[in-house]
Amino acid sequence: MVSKWLEWLPLMWEGLLITLQVTFLSAIVALIIAGAAGLCRISRLKWLRGLSYTYMLLFRGISLLVLLFWVYFVLPFLGIELSKMAAAVLAIGLNYGAFGAEIVRSSILAVPKGQWEAAQALNFTSAQRMIRVVFPQALIRMLPPMNNLMIELLKATSLIYFITLTDLTYQAMILRSLYLPQTAQIFGLLLILYFIIASVISLLARLLERKLTAGRM
Amino acid sequence: MDTATKEEPAFTGSVSKPHQGKPAASAVPVVSYRDVKKSYGDLEVLHGIDLDIAAGEKVALIGPSGSGKTTLGRMLMTLEEPTSGVIEVEGEPLWQMERNGKLVRANEHHLHRMRSKIGMVFQHFNLFPHMKVLRNVTEAPRKVLGLDKEEAHDRAVEMLRKVGLEDKLDVYPSKLSGGQKQRVAIARALVMRPKIMVFDEVTSALDPELVGEVLAVIKEIAEEGEMAMMLITHEMDFARDVADRVIFGADGRIVESGPPQELFGQPKSDRLKSFLSRFV
Ligand SMILES: Nc1ncnc2c1ncn2[C@@H]1O[C@H](COP(=O)(O)OP(=O)(O)O)[C@@H](O)[C@H]1O
Ligand SMILES: [Mg+2]
Repeated sequence: MVSKWLEWLPLMWEGLLITLQVTFLSAIVALIIAGAAGLCRISRLKWLRGLSYTYMLLFRGISLLVLLFWVYFVLPFLGIELSKMAAAVLAIGLNYGAFGAEIVRSSILAVPKGQWEAAQALNFTSAQRMIRVVFPQALIRMLPPMNNLMIELLKATSLIYFITLTDLTYQAMILRSLYLPQTAQIFGLLLILYFIIASVISLLARLLERKLTAGRM
Repeated sequence: MDTATKEEPAFTGSVSKPHQGKPAASAVPVVSYRDVKKSYGDLEVLHGIDLDIAAGEKVALIGPSGSGKTTLGRMLMTLEEPTSGVIEVEGEPLWQMERNGKLVRANEHHLHRMRSKIGMVFQHFNLFPHMKVLRNVTEAPRKVLGLDKEEAHDRAVEMLRKVGLEDKLDVYPSKLSGGQKQRVAIARALVMRPKIMVFDEVTSALDPELVGEVLAVIKEIAEEGEMAMMLITHEMDFARDVADRVIFGADGRIVESGPPQELFGQPKSDRLKSFLSRFV
């Protein structure tokens, strides 16, 4: 039994690295897009608000799997050829960025109006009001929902199996075909590995939250 | 405070207020409202306010709630735009600027320049909760006035000492009492050295036992003289004590105005009489 587990390890390890890589890269893309779109959503410029509204509406409504297929299978016909990794990161980033943008927007709007006004009374410019006064407070509000979103994102990375990226899920499927009788153990291991990664994400979020709120409450 | 050190025209009122400085008639008022109206939607809440505040003058604004006192102060702090009329600060329109010889609506650049002369302390303090006390007070001097670190630090500490909080530099606002928070907010506004400061019911959100310490700080600042003050308040004893002039407003109009002894001693209008009767 133990020897079987040892035989699985190299493949699972390879898959784990791919999953971590896709999760990390698409989380970064998603967070950047979320920040940009969330800020545009409350911009004074109407066209920026409209642009970001359209983006959020569109990409929240599209199935990630279909988006993945579009980016990987359809874009080449339009002359844009992406590697599997780039396609996965782009699709996941666009999809989760749209959800993240709403978190950014609502967290900024949740900062009391008096904070904006006090900053204005001290004659901060509107950019300084946002950067120095409002955003740092909004950031703390964003952390818990962003943590949830990143865990969702992690779990969604298993879809990249469908464009044959050899992530954890892909490797588990390979192993299953080699060790059919141990299907339950293999998928059990898969479950545990995702759970561990999710726990690490939560831990990081909580550490960050504690650092940002240290001594303050 | 020694009046002899200040070059002010002799003033004619009671000698009990050494900070009182009536300006020469020719001097430009620090603030001047001219037929200022404000509506929210269809509802006009200020019906043409005319009011001059002289440099260094302490004006108390009293009146029933809903009469438009906060709106008057917020328009000066550029937080609320008048529907019509002109507010001048040191002779220059606040909400309008000159372009090609015509007065047009002020842009952010103009407002930014004008705002440097105005400060405000809010009822609910609005301290920045993510900054320690010292940084609450140094942030604007550094980023807005462009002072270097030591200079901003020294100025901030001086102000915090003035409000009696030099031992709280290194704590977050959440650790302070309401009275202490409001004193930090006062220091934070003072450090910018405005020409006029609006105090909008700064003790209304405080527990009764904390009101005194805040009023004492404001009184001390008032006695230093140079900065004009618009004191929106329900503390009548405080208004009588500190103000050079008291203005009673009701329903979006100025009903009565005059020196405190006069306004509190011989109120003329029935509105003011019945308003004051609630405070005895
Ligand atoms: N943002 C707003 N929108 C609509 N009405 C407002 C707003 N701010 C104030 N008002 C109304 O304007 C009037 C004057 O309010 P305010 O200036 O706060 O009076 P005061 O400070 O004397 O109590 C009130 O009737 C109030 O309801
Ligand atoms: Mg008010």
